[in-house]
This record gives sequence, C-alpha cells and structure tokens, in this order.
Amino acid sequence: MSTRLSTGGKYLNRSDQRRFTFNGKQFTGYEGDTLASALLANDQMLMGRSFKYHRPRGVVASGAEEPNALVNLGTGGTFEPNQRATTTELFDGLTATSQNHWPSLEFDIGVANNAMARFFPAGFYYKTFMAPRAAWKHVFEPIVRQSAGLGQVPKDRDADTYEHFYAFYDVVIVGGGVAGLQAALAAGSAGAKVLLMEQTAHLGGRAVIDGGEVDGKPVDAWVADAGETLDAMPNVTVRLRMMGAGVYDHGYVLGYERVRDHDPMAEGPRHRLWRIRTQQIVTATGAIERPLSFAGNDIPGVMLASAVRDYVDGYGVSPGDRTVVVTNNDDAYRTAISLKKAGLEVPVILDARASGGGALADEAKGLGIRVETGKGIAKVKGGKRVTGVAVCAQAGEGAVLEEIACDAVAMSGGWSPVVHLWSHCGGKLFWDEDQAHFRPDPNRPPTSHDGKGFVIPAGSANGPMDLAEVMGDAHAAGLAAAKALGLKSGKAAAPKVAPQPEAAMEPVWLMPQGAGPKLRMKAWLDYQNDVKVSDVRLAAQEGYESVEHTKRYTTLGMATDQGKLSNINGLAVLSDALNQPIPATGTTTFRPPYTPISFGAIAGEARADTFQPLRKTPIHDWHEAQGAFFEPVGHWRRPYCFPRQGETHSDAVNREINQTRKSVGLLDASTLGKIIVKGPDAGRFLDMLYTNMMSTLKPGKCRYGLMCNENGFLIDDGVVARIDEDTFLCHTTTGGAERIHGWMEDWLQCEWWDWKVFTANVTEQFAQIAVVGPNARKVLEKLGGMDVSKDALAFMEWKDGQLGGFDCRAYRISFSGELSYEIAVPASQGRAFWDALLVAGEEFGMMPYGTEALHVMRAEKGFIMIGDETDGTVIPQDLGLNWAISKKKEDFLGKRAQERPHMTDPSRWKLVGLETLDGSVIPDGSYAIAEGTNANGQRNTQGRVTSTYYSPTLEKGIAMGLVLYGPDRMGEVIEFNKVDGSTVAARIVDPVFYDKDGEKQNV
Amino acid sequence: MRRYSAFAIAREAARYHTGWERAWASPEPKKKYDVIIVGAGGHGLATAFYLGKNFGITNVAIIEKGWLGGGNTGRNTTIIRSNYLQDSSAAIYEKARSLYETMSQDLNYNVMFSPRGVMMLAQTEHEVRGYQRTAHANALQGVKTEFIGPERVKELCPIICIDGPRYPVLGALWQERGGTGRHDAVAWGYARACSDMGMDIIQKCEVVGVRSSGGKVVGVDTTKGPIDCDKLGLVVAGNSGALANMAGFRLPMESVALQALVSEPIKPCMDVVVMANTVHGYMSQSDKGEMVIGGGTDGFNNYTQRGSFHHIEETVRALVETFPIISRLKMLRQWGGIVDVTGDRSPVIGKTPLGNCFINAGWGTGGFKAIPGGGWATAELIAKGEPGPLAAEFGMERFIEGRFIDESVAAGVAH
Amino acid sequence: MLTLQCPYCGVWAEETELHAEGEAHLKRFGPGSDDADFESYLFMRENPKGVHFERWRHSHGCGKFFHAARCTMTLKVFGTYPAQTLEPPQDIKDRISETYPGWTWRNFK
Repeated sequence: MSTRLSTGGKYLNRSDQRRFTFNGKQFTGYEGDTLASALLANDQMLMGRSFKYHRPRGVVASGAEEPNALVNLGTGGTFEPNQRATTTELFDGLTATSQNHWPSLEFDIGVANNAMARFFPAGFYYKTFMAPRAAWKHVFEPIVRQSAGLGQVPKDRDADTYEHFYAFYDVVIVGGGVAGLQAALAAGSAGAKVLLMEQTAHLGGRAVIDGGEVDGKPVDAWVADAGETLDAMPNVTVRLRMMGAGVYDHGYVLGYERVRDHDPMAEGPRHRLWRIRTQQIVTATGAIERPLSFAGNDIPGVMLASAVRDYVDGYGVSPGDRTVVVTNNDDAYRTAISLKKAGLEVPVILDARASGGGALADEAKGLGIRVETGKGIAKVKGGKRVTGVAVCAQAGEGAVLEEIACDAVAMSGGWSPVVHLWSHCGGKLFWDEDQAHFRPDPNRPPTSHDGKGFVIPAGSANGPMDLAEVMGDAHAAGLAAAKALGLKSGKAAAPKVAPQPEAAMEPVWLMPQGAGPKLRMKAWLDYQNDVKVSDVRLAAQEGYESVEHTKRYTTLGMATDQGKLSNINGLAVLSDALNQPIPATGTTTFRPPYTPISFGAIAGEARADTFQPLRKTPIHDWHEAQGAFFEPVGHWRRPYCFPRQGETHSDAVNREINQTRKSVGLLDASTLGKIIVKGPDAGRFLDMLYTNMMSTLKPGKCRYGLMCNENGFLIDDGVVARIDEDTFLCHTTTGGAERIHGWMEDWLQCEWWDWKVFTANVTEQFAQIAVVGPNARKVLEKLGGMDVSKDALAFMEWKDGQLGGFDCRAYRISFSGELSYEIAVPASQGRAFWDALLVAGEEFGMMPYGTEALHVMRAEKGFIMIGDETDGTVIPQDLGLNWAISKKKEDFLGKRAQERPHMTDPSRWKLVGLETLDGSVIPDGSYAIAEGTNANGQRNTQGRVTSTYYSPTLEKGIAMGLVLYGPDRMGEVIEFNKVDGSTVAARIVDPVFYDKDGEKQNV
Repeated sequence: MRRYSAFAIAREAARYHTGWERAWASPEPKKKYDVIIVGAGGHGLATAFYLGKNFGITNVAIIEKGWLGGGNTGRNTTIIRSNYLQDSSAAIYEKARSLYETMSQDLNYNVMFSPRGVMMLAQTEHEVRGYQRTAHANALQGVKTEFIGPERVKELCPIICIDGPRYPVLGALWQERGGTGRHDAVAWGYARACSDMGMDIIQKCEVVGVRSSGGKVVGVDTTKGPIDCDKLGLVVAGNSGALANMAGFRLPMESVALQALVSEPIKPCMDVVVMANTVHGYMSQSDKGEMVIGGGTDGFNNYTQRGSFHHIEETVRALVETFPIISRLKMLRQWGGIVDVTGDRSPVIGKTPLGNCFINAGWGTGGFKAIPGGGWATAELIAKGEPGPLAAEFGMERFIEGRFIDESVAAGVAH
Repeated sequence: MLTLQCPYCGVWAEETELHAEGEAHLKRFGPGSDDADFESYLFMRENPKGVHFERWRHSHGCGKFFHAARCTMTLKVFGTYPAQTLEPPQDIKDRISETYPGWTWRNFK
C-alpha cells in the first residue's frame, strides 16, 4: 500500500493539516502536499481511467508531465475538469472527483473497451463504422464521444476573475531550479533586469531532492541562499507558481501565473497572464524522465523512479512497501537508496545494462540491495495495483526467469531535456547519442528581429545531467545572456561542485529487446491515450511513416500531457520499425503552451460589460435612462428605438416616424464621423477622394459626396461642409469614421505626400443632434439665437452661431426628407443642449427617434444606406448616383476600376423602388427570381432587395432593390422569393416614395 | 486494395494485426506522367482521385515536399458547410459538402463526416439582414439553410449565452447538414484510393523548378530528379506564390498565418458548430472532446506557420464571452498554418499563363470544406483543359474584369 | 509577435500597436492605364519567401505609415523607413545583402 511515512517530507509543513475529499471520501494531508501526494498518503493509488480503454490509472509522475492523475476539481462556479493532481497544491476544503468512468472509479463499465482492446488497435475507427451511412452520426459517433472526453463539463459561469500584465525585461529565466537560480545570479549581478519564473511553489527543482553539494554547502542550503541573494537584488524579480507558457517571435514570452489556485479563498485574480517582452530568454526548464516500455507498465503502482523519490523525500509518502526499480541508467539507483533509507523494501534493482552501474550502484549494493544487470521486466502483474513483476533477460524475448512480489515499480528510461520553449519559435534540436535524447542545437537557436538568437538553454534543459556540469552550464548561460545585452559580467562566480561521474546510460526502447506482439500490445507509450508499442509499429507497417502521420494515426502524444512522457519513446519505436536512425524520424512540432493554460487567463478582464470598449455619445446616459433599446454599431451602442410602456419595438418605431413627419423629432447623430481636412491642397485632395467635385464647393455650403475604393466600389458617403478656403469638414458613416480617416492618411502619407493637407478625426469632439420635422425651425427659434430662417440658412448650408446660449454649428441637411437641422455643439455641452432642446420641443410633442426610424425615413425618401444598398460590390452607377460622379475630373479613387468591362456592363443590377402588390413587406434579403436554372442547377435570379420596411407614412411595405435593367422596367411586376419556397410579387417603381420633389426639406 | 470493415479488423485481431497492408505505396518517381499534381494535400489528392474516377486518367503522380496531408489539410478546424452567399461559391461548396456525405463509403475509409449542423450567429441588426439574405440565396441555390431565432439557437446549443450584455444573439443562419469531418482521414482516404488506382504519391520530394518550352510546361525538377508530364496541376496552398514564381508568373494572392487551438478534452457538451463573426471566433467539439477553436488570419505575409498571440487572445476572449462555461477549460495546444488569400478572398481554380499548367489555390481560410468539390472541379479543368461549370467563375481573369466573388459582403463572414 | 521600430517616433512598437498594410512600393495606375498594369497594381503580389517590403501603420501610436524590409521565413527585420520614398534606403539594402547575397525583389536588388 501507499502511505504517509512517519518522518521526512522536505516540502511538508506537518503542523498544518488540511482536509479534502476525493470521490466524496474525507481525507487529510498537510500544507505542502500536492493532491497526488496526499492521495498516495491515503493509499489512493487509483486516480483515474485512461481515455480509450478506460484502464485503471495511478499517478506516474510528480509534476507537470503527469498524464494519468487528472481530476475534476471544485464545484459550481469554481469547477474545473482535467486538473493534474501532481500540480494541484492541497488546500483546506479541496474537493476532487475522478474522471472518465461510469458508474465509479473502481468499477467502470467502459473498461469493456479494454477487454476488446485487441479489436481496437490504432486507427481502427478509420476502417469501420461506415455502414449504414447514417450510422456514424447517429449511432457510432455518439458512443465514441460519450466514451471519450475525460473531464466533466462545467455547468456554471466562472466565479473567478483574471488579469493581464505587460512586462519588459532584459532577461527572462524560465525555471527556478539550481540552473535557473545560477543563471539569474550571473545575469543579475551583471546588471541585467531579470525575471525568474518557477512553475512550482518552491525553488531548487530536482536538486533539492537529489542532493549534492554546491560551494561546500548542501544543495538545499545553497538554494535558500541563492533565493535570498536574488531577492536582495533590485534588478531581479522572482515569481513562484508562474510557468513560461510559450515563446513567441521577437522575444515575446507568455507567463502563466496561478496566483491563488493554492489558496482559493484569497482575494484577487485567480490567474494572471504576463505578456512579456525580453531581449534574452534562458530556458532552465530541466529534464523529464522517460518511462520504460515493458508489458504492464501502465498498471497503477508503476511510476517514474524520480517521482517515487519525490514522494518519499519531498512529501514523506511511500508509493509502496516493496518497490522494484528498473532502469537503464545510474540515476534510478538514487530512488532505491532513498527508499532503503526511508526504511522501505527494494527487493531488486533490474538494470538493463549488461555492465551495470557506477558509484551509485555500488552505494546501493552497499546498502544490501540486490542488483541484477542485463535484466528487465517481462511483464508487470496486477490489475488495479501492481502485485509483482516477472523478470527476464533484457536481451531475450521475455522468457520469465523469476517472479518477484512487489506493490510498486520505479522505472527510469533516461532523461529528456525540456526543449519546448527552445523549440516554440523555431529553435532546432540535435540527437545526443550518448544520452539518447534530443537537446538544443546551439548553432540553430530561434532568432529575433535582428536575426540573432534570443534563447539560451541552461542546465539539464541543455543536456547536462550531472550537478557540476549543470551549474557550470547555467552560469555560462547567465553570462551569455548578459553579454548579448552588452553587459560586463558581474561578481557572481561559477559555483564549485565536485563532479559525480555516472556510468553511461544505454538506450532501451523496448523491454525485453525482443518482445513479441503479445508483449508489445501491453507495453504502453502514451498512458492517457492508450497508445502502445504495437500501435506505433502498426502505423509504420501501414505506411504512416512520417512522425506526424504516426502521431495522428495513433494519437501518440496528443493527450493533455502532449507527449511529455511518450514522444521520445514513441519515435524511437517508430524509428526502429522503419529501420532508420532516430534523428531521421525527427520530432513532432512543439507548440505552446508548455502545459495547458486557462481560457479565463487568456481572455483576461475582458468579459460581459468590459468585453470590448464601449463608446458612448454625450447623450448616452439619457438614452439609457429612457429605456432605449440599443443596437451595437461598432463599439458604439445606438438607440434602435425608444419604446414606451406597452409598446412593441415596431410600435415605437412607427410612433417616432409619425411624430417626426407630422411635427418634430430629434436624433442623437453624434456617432457620425467628422473629419477635418485642412490645407492649401485640401480641395484637390477631396477631389481625388470623392467621386464628385468638392473643390468647387463654396464656404458656407454643404455637398453630399461618395467615396469609392480603388476597386471602384462604394465604401462611404456623407455630407461635406466647406468651412473656409482651406478647410473642409467631412461627415462619414458611423462605422466608417476611423477607417476613412486612415484611408485619407494613407493617401496623404504614401501617395501624395507633397500635398499640403492635414486631417483630424474630430468625431468625438462634438455632439451632433438632428432636429427633424416640419416644426424643427420653430423649436430652434424657441431656443433663440442665430437666425435659422430659410433665407439666413438655406438647405445645404451651414452656419456658426448660438442657439439657446450654446455655441454651435448648424447644418441644413436632411436624411429624412423633412426640414432638418443637424446641430453640432462641443461634446461637453451635448447633454445640456439635448436637454434644452427637449424643453423647447415639448409643446410640439417632440420626441427622440432611434436608428430604425432613421432607416425607414431614409428609405421612404429613397436615400441609400452604406451597408444596405452597398455591400462592397456595388458601384455608385448601380445606385443611380451618376449625378454624383464627376465627368470633368481626370482622376479620382475608383475611376479607373469603374472603366473595367464588368463595371460598365449594362446588365449590372440597378437600384429601383419596389412595392408589393399586396402591401406586405418583402422579406429582408429576398432575391428576384428569373426563369430557369444556371449550369450548376441553381435558380436564376434577376435582382435582390437591399432595404425593405413597413412604411408608417405610406402605410404599406416599401423596398429598394437592385434589379436587372431595373430603371428601364418601371411598372413591371417581378417575383421575390421567400425561404418557404413561395414568392411575393412586387412592382418596380421609383425609389423615392415620399416627397419626390423635395418640397418638405427645402422650406 | 483490401477492403476495410469490422470483419477485416476481427480477422487481423486474431493475428495481432500483422497482416494489414500499406494504406498507400511509397514509389520512386517514373520518368514521365500524363499529369503531375504538385501538392499531396486534400485538394491535390482529391484532384488526382477525380482525374482517375471521373476521367479515367490514372498515369498520375502526386508530388509532395513533406508528408501527405501535412499542410492546411491537417491544420484546420474541420468545419464543413456550404451556406455561401454567391452562386458560384455555393455551388462548389455544396458540391463538396454533398460529396462529404458519401465520402467514407466512396473511399472505404471512415472520414467521420458528422453533419451535426453549423450555425452562424447574428449579433447585430446588420448581420441579421446579411444572413437573411444568405438564407434567401441558399433557398434558390439548393443549399438547405434557415434563419433561426435566439431560442432555437439556445435549444441547439445550450452552452451558448444568448443574452450577453454587449452582443446578444439575435438569431443565426443554420445549416443542418453542415458539420465536421476528420481532416487527416480525408487526406489518407484519398491517398489510399489514389494509390489503389495506380497513381504514384511521392512524399518528401520537393519541386525546385518548373520546366517549360513554348508557353507549355514539359516537366518539373524535383529533389528526386526531373519528372516530365503532359499536364501540370499546382495545388499547393501556402506555397502557391513560390511555385508560380518557378513557373514564371505572379498570382493575385498573399500568404498569411491562420491560427487554431484546442482545449483539453471534456465530455460531450456541444453538438453543433458555432461561428460568431461579430466577435471573431468559432468553435466545435471534436469526437475526442476537445473544443476546437479558430479565428481570423494574421495581417502580414508569413511562412513560419506561427502566428501572433494577440489573435489567440482575441479569439478566446470572443468565445469565453459566447460560451461562458469554457472559462475554466484550458488551452491544450495552439498552432498555425499558412493560407493564400486572394484579392476577393475567394479561391482560384483556373488556367495559368502556361497552356497546360492549371492552378487550384487561394482558398484562404475555407479550404478544407471545399476539398472534394475543389478536387472535382480541378480534375475537370485539367482533363478537359477548360473549366466546367463549377470552376467557371473562379478563373484569375475575374480580377482584370472586376468580377469579384466576394463572400464578405453578406455580413463580414469568415470562411 | 513582431516588434518594429517606427521610423518617425522611434518607438519600438509592439505588433498590437501596429497595423499591417500590405505590400510596399506599389505604383498606382489610374485612368488611362492598361489592364495589365492596373491588375498588377491592385492584385498581383510578390508574396516572396524571403525578404519582403511591406507597409505598416503605427496606428495606435503616432499614426504614421512606414515601410519595413522583413524576411517572411525568419521574421528578421532588416530595417524600417519612412513611406515617402520610392525605394528602400541603401543601408537597408546592404543589410539584406549580408543575409541574402544577390537578392532581388521586383526591380530592387
């Protein structure tokens, strides 16, 4: 059984007991425990089920590489699936449940898949489930989906908050083990601004457990001193519980800080995403131990040797009473020695190397541990827990020499440097034959904007595994980072460590070497996804030879650990099957993040009301107080209508229109784009920008203008007012203000840079209010001030002055067909002016109207709307706007494009008005159908609706549309489609439905 | 070719699966082929497949510089839909979608086409009108779609928040027979079928030059030596510009990174594909349980297959807002692919300045869903030398004429 | 995640401060130009694997458009320069030559 030892546990604070539940059972642990160590302390080795076969799974590792011990953590708004027990710090009140089983962890129906495993080899689903055709969607896929999926689905909205940091450093060091600490000392003492991040709760990494001496001190004392030294350096920041999640181009590093996962009751954000720019990155990310591939290596109780050591020495937990150690290297002997020293039994160390180990082996033997060389495990016995191992010769095919009872197996297949961050941005690797691992190729680092390398691997992340070499390498890495910044090395000296030579490891990719198909089917590579040696060999046999094909065909390395334990073993098996050297097989691509990071952290503060910036006009609060129904328009929200008690939205729209047409209404038009174009060449510039002539506009006058892009398509429209000889004010659509301003700047800066013109986007400087309707003038006259009579301010003129004591600029322009003034006041006066207008308009029954009334009124008047009549493929000529296209100008933006054959084609659809015969409203988006079908069997069409509304003024449906030869077909009736297959008949009419002669606006 | 079936699996299980044969052969190139297709991605392999199936042309080599299916075919978010606005788009994407319906049976390879339904959320009035327009167009194009209200959206996808404070869901364009497929399997299934017809799929063979004479291609130079051909098809998304350069012409397209990401797997919670174009993100759940997520393209020319993280942020932000329950899920992996984007963001299937050289390119973000249709149309183009009705509008001459196929017009729709 | 130095305000700008604006040094063809020139101006793009000349705008900074010479394979930036020029400065061309001897891009070399 696994249990808590009476003493030991470097990470534990035994004075602080913590309660938690697992699958509803009450357990206790200590501060410093992880959920995994606390479960082991309570003899809960079984922690989950595998993905495909639902096999029992125990914890195999002690850190971020753990593939098995995944739990549902928390409840309600703090529920989180797939949380690794090995990186979950124990807190009081923690609740966890195991995953991917039904009805229970101990008894899982899904394990039937395991009994059938022989019929479910890699990729079996590509070869079956094909008949009958509908069965995949309705029968097989639901079964597959229900069986897969691991963790449960969160039900509630996340109760926590998240935040983003921006940070800038000279050197970012990822990993707070001894290598990271030494690199930080070296770079920090040279004067670099350093950030050191460590993903766990403590500094020192593996060395704290593995021991050794640095500078004559025990390594854990050295770690403590180094931590203090760094803390005292003002230019160095050390953050715990923060992972280097990804390295991106030009020195961008993503830091993922789990601020209070270990202390959920604390205040503040749960996670913090650091977006860091740095000159140099030192990856002191350590190395990960590899499993060995033998039959039954997935049975709970089989663990990495280093993890066993971590649990014993770090957490005071024994994973088993009798642990067999199996290895191909010296390091695993440390585990045997730890176990023995903790008073636990090690019946045998099976060393696959014929020649055995070095000094550590001698030490183990000295402790009385039996060591067998040239031996391995033929198979592990047991079901939900290891009960023993069958020993065989590594060189053979698995003939059993002996069976040894045990309840745990500690395995070590050697160590692989963590090269993820090195590789994220293009750093290349090479294969180190001696240690049988890929490590960073110093000659091919990821390169930054200057073409120089910006990532420096340090310590065992760079290959060295011996403490002395690690420290030397890390010191050099810190100095190299400082040097790359142009700094001189500081006081920090390379630490003195006595080398501890180890005997060479020997790669073992399959145990025993000659294991046949039966054993290979039980030798796991990827524990979570249930990928075995036999699966990889099958992929190779079937031609899925590329490492990427094998990965995708078998799902090797695609589990939540992203192959941290399985990839190297898998590609070694693949290389063997293809009879090619491992470097020829290569690796799959390392992609961020290093371990999964929460979507909450990525989204940061942006959610709900703060999801995106909200732009408000100066009158926004009034609209809100009136209960306006808003619609999003870009980042603005504009009132769609102002419904009153008991009114539907369409009731409200109709009322707003009727009142405006009958008396007077007002519109908050502040969102309209307002761009000042100024300079001696302003007129010339606008002549290029607009299709019509702007340079001839007289100061004091307004002109409606159209803008096209270089493809000839209409992109924006609006009224231009000439302020003085040198100055124009261009109105744009609400959505177009920023885009059109950028467009102007583009041409001024990049094409006509010798023209003397400045532009300024003053959209938000002014509140603009449209006072619209036959009584508009009376309302303004009541306010008092400037003369707004027809003679003093005629249609399409503007004037500066005062109204009701407010400084303002009044434009006589109309988008409704009514007598209309658009009055701009400084934004700070907007609300006060609006209020003053409301008072003045009261006796006329003046009421605000929203965007929908605006749309209907402009449609009644036959005015086009950018985005309705245009869609990015419409040219002004399509809309009957030829009057606004200058014939005199040699050039304007879009002119050349409009000469192209498709643009001058007489069969382009043209704008007309449409009236249904039955008075109904043509559905939005409807097409006018034509006879027959095209070559692809699609119904032919001859036009489409662009705007369609119920007109309260005309009391019937009206529409505008683009129709083939439309203007030549006045009076003709054509059919428009409905989605139910029926049609509605409409007559082609003039698009101006209301006040065709413009008598109402020009009074 | 030995057929795949449950029976075959049972037979093989008895002998530890030692009897499975190669899914596709790995031949050395011959000196000459009737047709060389450059690019063994989905479109290239589908083109070859339909050359054989529809036109009996089987003396074909498909040349791939990396591993087959290793470009965008193996990097996309596997969405299949045909609810396009313009006639020519709807025709080719619907052709593709209908071929996906029977692809597993046609290829005897389970590509896991899952017509679970695709919805495109309308979150502004403008989008509502845009999708209503598409629904009306689709009704005449033989593409079955409907515009549904927010309640139905919620019913089809209970994890959507339809009443968020900023962009409440006003409705959606719903295509019931849209869905997803297993992207790798599409490439593998076509490859197996092409190999079975006697075609040569030549992997790890990079084209380094295009040889032409008198305005016609005579062959290509590759890292495995020169290979001659009567006709050449360039089907190399993400590398089209480079290949065109070798052949001596320019293209109306640029290559940019498109990113995607997946979450850790959870139990089934989403049985539809949801695209939210106002907030820029789309999501579905894979059969493994991962939430598969994508967004828009990066803005600059890029061949690194890496994107910029702020686009991931934007996409995730949009989806956390749309699906609040995913906030505590975790991003497992992000990746990028390189897509070719044309002047109107629609693809090119057509002739080139070289008489017997044809091109299929520029699918932007919409390539996977079009694979069978694109292959069908490109095969017809290569076999006949002239585009058939499916490809008729997709020639490059449309840019000179100003005859765009612009899908963004409906509601700024991402592919 | 690029960083580019704005040649106007000198800021090393984050990609998020910038907006990519497409290929640089396009010559505008207006009314009277022939079809091929006009098509080339609007649609045909170099799209090279290697050094590329492109436009950026420091849109969340000083608002200026500028040019960059950047490798599309490695994302190395050879330099940025103001938009008011028909040709990249010689020092940038020289820097490109150090990495890509004999490079060409349209009519630049």
